[in-house]
Amino acid sequence: MAGSGVEARPDGAGRAGSVGAAAGYRPSATLPFGAEFRRQASRRRTQLALGFMVLLPLIILIAFQFDSGNDDDNGRGEFGSLIEFATSGGLNFTLFTIFVSASFLLVVVVALFCGDTVASEASWGSLRYLLSVPVPRARLLAVKLLVALAYSALALLLLAGTALLIGTLRYGWEPLRSTVAAELAPGEGLLRLLGVLGYLAVVLLVVAGLAFLLSVTTDAALGAVGGAVLLWILSSILDQITALGALRAFLPTHYGTAWLGLLSTPVQTDDVVRGSISAISYATLFWGLAFWRFTRKDVVS
Amino acid sequence: MRSPLSAAWIRRALPTRRRAVAAAAVVVLVAAAVAWVLRPQGPDVRAEAAMLTVRSGPAGDQPVDLDTTFYLPGDASADRKVPAVLLAHGFGGTKESVRADAEEFAGRGYAVLTWTARGFGRSGGQIHLDHPDYEVRDAQRLLDWLAARPEVRTDAAGDPAVGVVGGSYGGGLALLLAAQDQRVDAIVPMITWNDLSRAFLPESTGKEPVEGVFKKGWAGLFFGGGGNAGSGPAGLSGASAAQPEGAPASAGPPSPGPGGGPGTGPGRAPAGAADPSCGRFAADVCAAYLRIATTGRADQAAVDLLRRSSPAGVLDRISAPTLLVQGEADTLFPLSEADVNARGIAATGTPVRVAWFTGGHDGGEGPRTDSDRVRFLTAQWLDHYVKGAGSVPGDDFTWSRIAGFDALDRGLVATGYRTADYPGTGGTGRREVELAGPAQQVANPPAGNPAAISSVPFAGELSALLGGVAGDIPGQHARFESAPLAEAVDVAGAPTVDIRAASPTGEAVLFVKLYDVDPNGAATLPNGLVAPVRLTGLPAEIDAARPVTVTLPAIVRRVEAGHRLRVVVATSDQAYATPVEPVVHTVALGGGAVTLPTLAGEPIPTAATVWRWVLVGLLAAIAVGLVVVVAVVRRRHRRQDSSVHPAYADTPLAVRQLRKEYADGFVAVSNVDFEVHRGQVVGLLGPNGAGKTTTLRVLMGLTQPTAGEIYVFGHRLVPGSPVLSRIGALVEGPGFLPHLSGLENLKAYWRVTGRSVEDAHFDEALEIAGLGGSVHRKIKNYSHGMKQRLAIAQAMLGLPELLVLDEPTDGLDPPQIAEMRRVLQRYATDGRAVLVSSHLLAEVEQTCTHAVVVNKGRIVASGPVEEIVGESPSVLFDVTDPQAARTVLDRLAGVRVLPDGAGQLVVDTNGTARSEVVAELVRAGIGVDRVVPRRRLEDAFLALVGENSRGSGDR
Repeated sequence: MAGSGVEARPDGAGRAGSVGAAAGYRPSATLPFGAEFRRQASRRRTQLALGFMVLLPLIILIAFQFDSGNDDDNGRGEFGSLIEFATSGGLNFTLFTIFVSASFLLVVVVALFCGDTVASEASWGSLRYLLSVPVPRARLLAVKLLVALAYSALALLLLAGTALLIGTLRYGWEPLRSTVAAELAPGEGLLRLLGVLGYLAVVLLVVAGLAFLLSVTTDAALGAVGGAVLLWILSSILDQITALGALRAFLPTHYGTAWLGLLSTPVQTDDVVRGSISAISYATLFWGLAFWRFTRKDVVS
Repeated sequence: MRSPLSAAWIRRALPTRRRAVAAAAVVVLVAAAVAWVLRPQGPDVRAEAAMLTVRSGPAGDQPVDLDTTFYLPGDASADRKVPAVLLAHGFGGTKESVRADAEEFAGRGYAVLTWTARGFGRSGGQIHLDHPDYEVRDAQRLLDWLAARPEVRTDAAGDPAVGVVGGSYGGGLALLLAAQDQRVDAIVPMITWNDLSRAFLPESTGKEPVEGVFKKGWAGLFFGGGGNAGSGPAGLSGASAAQPEGAPASAGPPSPGPGGGPGTGPGRAPAGAADPSCGRFAADVCAAYLRIATTGRADQAAVDLLRRSSPAGVLDRISAPTLLVQGEADTLFPLSEADVNARGIAATGTPVRVAWFTGGHDGGEGPRTDSDRVRFLTAQWLDHYVKGAGSVPGDDFTWSRIAGFDALDRGLVATGYRTADYPGTGGTGRREVELAGPAQQVANPPAGNPAAISSVPFAGELSALLGGVAGDIPGQHARFESAPLAEAVDVAGAPTVDIRAASPTGEAVLFVKLYDVDPNGAATLPNGLVAPVRLTGLPAEIDAARPVTVTLPAIVRRVEAGHRLRVVVATSDQAYATPVEPVVHTVALGGGAVTLPTLAGEPIPTAATVWRWVLVGLLAAIAVGLVVVVAVVRRRHRRQDSSVHPAYADTPLAVRQLRKEYADGFVAVSNVDFEVHRGQVVGLLGPNGAGKTTTLRVLMGLTQPTAGEIYVFGHRLVPGSPVLSRIGALVEGPGFLPHLSGLENLKAYWRVTGRSVEDAHFDEALEIAGLGGSVHRKIKNYSHGMKQRLAIAQAMLGLPELLVLDEPTDGLDPPQIAEMRRVLQRYATDGRAVLVSSHLLAEVEQTCTHAVVVNKGRIVASGPVEEIVGESPSVLFDVTDPQAARTVLDRLAGVRVLPDGAGQLVVDTNGTARSEVVAELVRAGIGVDRVVPRRRLEDAFLALVGENSRGSGDR
C-alpha cells in the first residue's frame, strides 16, 4: 500500500534506526542501564530484598549464639556436616548461609527481581510510556533483564559477602571444612566458595528465565513472581518422586544441589556441568519465548 | 438466545481453541516423554528353565540334578547360530542371582546358560568348593549340553563357542574350568581367588598357609550360613546398590538376586544332608573347616583340600584369553589374588587383561562409572574372543579410585585411570616415607576379645566408610607415624614396611595396617584392609629382634599433601582368629620407612567429558544464535524505516484506512482515516468504545494495526519507530512510578529517552502541571487530577511536535480545564500540532480547531469544528413570555418549537429567516431578550452518531 509515492531516502545520518527522530534521540541510547538500575533501586521492594540479604547472615549469627549444646542431627547424610561445621570459621559460616538460602530464599529473590520488572511497569501503566518514548521493545526487555540479573547477582553477593565478613569476624579466617573433603586452606576454600556461588547463579537462571517469561505475559507482578516460585516448587516436588526415573534429569531443579560436589576433593564437576547445561538451556528457552512474545504483543495495560 | 455456532462465537472461540491446541500439544509431548522413559525395556529374550541331570564325580558316573535356565536371543535359531556364555553365580546364590546379567548378555546376542551350582538352591549334590571332579565337571557337562543345542555356534563338533563368566565362587569355577577343558574360548573371572588356602589363611611376611592367620569372619559367614553370600559377577548387575547395607545377602560384589537372600538360597537341602554340622557341604570340606575353625590353624591336609579348589596349581593349563576383574574393596580376595592369577596365566602366552574397580566383596559393584567400565570390558572381551566381532581388546590396565561422594544421590564417585601395561601390585614407581615412633608394648587380649574392628564382612560400603573409626583398642596397638607429606602420593599397589617384634612366648600374631591421617587427626584405613602376620622365633627383648618385611594389602589411594601416614601394629582383629593366651609383646619399626608403590595413569574420559563439550557447544550455539538474531533484526530495521512518504512529509499525522481487530475477533477500529496538520488542535470525538483509544494505542506503537498505515511526518509508523520520539503522549491515563515524587518521575522518564537534559524543558512542563510544591511529594499521594496534570506535563517534555492527549481534562476542575484549553491552543501555534481525544463535546468544541468524529470504529465526520457544526438550523430564543411565544411560533408555517428549554425556546426555523421570526414575536408583543443560533457540537454529534444512548461498544 505504501509502495506508490513512497520514495526511499538515503539515510543521511548514517543511523538507520533514528531516521526522522527528534533531536538527540537514538534508539540505542534509550533506557540506559543506569537509568533502569536507578528506577529499580528507588523501589522499596528492591531495598528490602537487598537489605534482607544483609540481615539474614546477622540473624543466623545471632541464632548460633543460643547454642543449647545438644545437637539434634537434622542434616543426615554426608553433607549434614555443613551444619555441624557452620561455626568453625567464616568460610563455613558462609557456606551454611548459602546452603540454607539456596533452596528457597534465593529462588524467591531472583523471581522477585526478574518477575516483577516488566509486570510492575505494566500494572503502573508506565510501560506504555516507555514504549512510546520509544524504547525499542527488544531493548526494553534486554535492559530490564540485565538489570534484574544484576540485582539478583548483587543479592547473592551481598548475602555471601555479609556472611563471609561477619562470619570471619566472629569465627575467624579458618579453613573450609566438610566431611566429604579434606580440609581446604582458606584461599582454596574461598575459590571453592566462589565456584559454589557461580554455579548457584547459573542454576537460578532458570528461575530468572521463568519469572521473566511470566513477567511479560501477565500484568500482575504477583502472578509472575508467585508463578515462577510455584513452578519451581512443583519441579522440586516432582524431583523427589524417584518413580519418574530418568525423566527427573529433565527437571530444572534436578541438579539444584550439584554445587555440593564442588566441596569434595577432588572437585566433582560432572553434575555441575550437566546442571549448567540444563539451566542454561531452560533459561535460553524462557528468555527466547519472552522476547518472542513481547516483541509481538499488544500492550493494552 | 444466541446460537452457539454463530459466526461471532466461532471467531471469539478461535484463539481459545488455538490455546487449547497448544496445551494439548504440550500434554501429548509430556506424555510421550514419560512413555519413552517408562517404556518396557529389555531386548527380546527367550528363557527356558530345565532341570538337567549330569554325571560327574571322580569317575564321571554320579548323577546330579542341576537347576538351569537357558536364555536365547529372540532371533537365535538353528539357521542363525549364536555364541554362548556360561554364567556362574557366587557362593550362596542361585541361577536367579545372575538373571539380570544373563538377560543382558542374551540381549547382546549370546545364548546364556545359567545354573544353580550343586549344593545350592534346587540343585542336588553337595558343596565341594569348585572341586575339579564335581563342580568343574558339572560345568563340562553343561558345555556338552551347549554344544548339542542347535542354536549355539560350535567351533568343532562338540565344542561350543563359549565364554565363561562369573564372580567370586563363579570366577573360581571359570578359571578351573578353563584349565580343565580347552573348549572354553574366553573367561572373565571376577573378584575371585588364586589360592583359597592363602585367601583364608593369609600371612603377610610370605609364610605358607599352614602358618597363616585364619580369616574367621569370612569363613564363618560362608560356612555358617551354608552360603548366604552373594553371587554373580561383579558389576554385571544393577541390584546391589539398592540393598540395605550390612545385610549379608546383599553384600558382595554381586547381584543378589531373588535367590540370594537368607533363607531362600541354600541351607540344608530338604532331602540331603545327614550331618547337621555340615549342612550341604561335602564331608571332607566340612571336616577341614571344623578343624581349622577349632584351632585357628590349618594342617597340611586342609591346605591341600583348599588348594585342590584353587586355580593356583593349574594356571599354566589355561589357554583361554582371560579378563581378570578384581575389587579394591575386598578383604576376602584382595588385589594380590588376581595379580598371581594374571602372572600365572600370562606366563604361558595366553592373553590376559587386568582391571581393578572400587567395589569387591566389601564394596559391591562400586559406583556407576566402575560398573559401566566392567560391563564394557567384559562385553568387549567376549565379543572379540567368543563372538569374533570387534577389534582385539588392548592389554592396557584400567583401575579406579574413589574420588568422593556424589552430591546428588549420595553414592560414591570413582575416577577411572588407565595405563599401557599392568604393573602388578608393585606399582611403577616407589616412594619411601619415613616413619617414627619408639618401641611399644602391646597386649594380646585373652581369647581375642576385645578386638579391633577393621572391616565387617559383607557390610558393603559401610565397611569402606567405617575406615577404622571403630579402630584400635588402647593398649593393644603400637603406632608409628610419618611427618605430614609435602606432596600428594598416588598409591596403587602393596606398600611394604619393616617391623621388629619381641615376645616372651617367642611367637606373636600381629596385624599391620596403614592409615591415612588427615591434618585434623582423623585416620582412615583404606578399605579396611589389614596385613596379618605370624612371627615365630622372637627374642624376649626388642633389641635382639630382627626386622621382617610385611607386605601390606594392595590399595589404591591418593594420600593428600599435608596428610600423615600411620602404621599401626595391633594384636587383635575381629575378622581373624588370634591366640587365646594373654601376653604382652614389644613392637618396633624395622627400617623406619614405609615403601609406597605409586602408579601414574591418564584419567579415562567419561561421559562427563562429553557433557563438558556439550556445555561449550551450547554456549557457542547461544552466542552464534544471538549474533544471528541481532543481525537479522538490524537488517530488517534498515529495510523498513528508510522511506519517507513525500505527500505527508510535513504532516504531523496522517492515518490511512486504519483497522484493528483484536484477538477475540472484536473489530475496534474498522476504517479510520484522518490527518493532523501543523497548527491544528484536532479533537478525536466519539462516544465511549468508539475506537478512539484503540486508534491512539496504534498511534503510539502499543498495538499492531490489522491493516492500514499511520504516517508521522511522512515516516511510516510501526511499533518502536524512532519518529515516535517526536510525539508526546498521554494515553489511557497517567502511568507513574508510585514510589517516586512527581519531579523524580519526570526526570526518570526523561533519562529513559536518553536525550540531553536541555531538550527536556522541565520548567515549562512543570509550569503547565501547576503542581507547585507538590511535585516533591510521592505520586502515590497524588489525587487523580494531579496525576493527570503531571501526565500532560510529561507528554509535553521536550516540546514534541505532535502532542497526543487522551481525555486530558479527565479529573480536572473547571478552572484547570479552562487553563488546559489555553495551553493546548497556545501549544499548537508555532508549527506544532495537538490531537485530543475526548467524549466531551464542549471540550472539543471549545478547544479544537478541527474535529474527527468516530463512531463504531468508523469516521462519521471530520473537518474544522465550524464546518462540522455548520449552520445550525435551530435558534435559541430568550423571551419574556415563553408561553405566548410558543403559541405565536406555532402559527408560523414550518417553524417548530423543540421540546426542551426551560424559560427558553429552542426553535427549528426550518428555512424561515431569523429576523422574520423575531419580527413576528415582537409584533405579538413579546419581548425578545436574546437570539442565539444554536452552534452546539452536541447537535452535530448526535445527528452524526444517532441518539442511541447505548454505548457503541455494544455493537
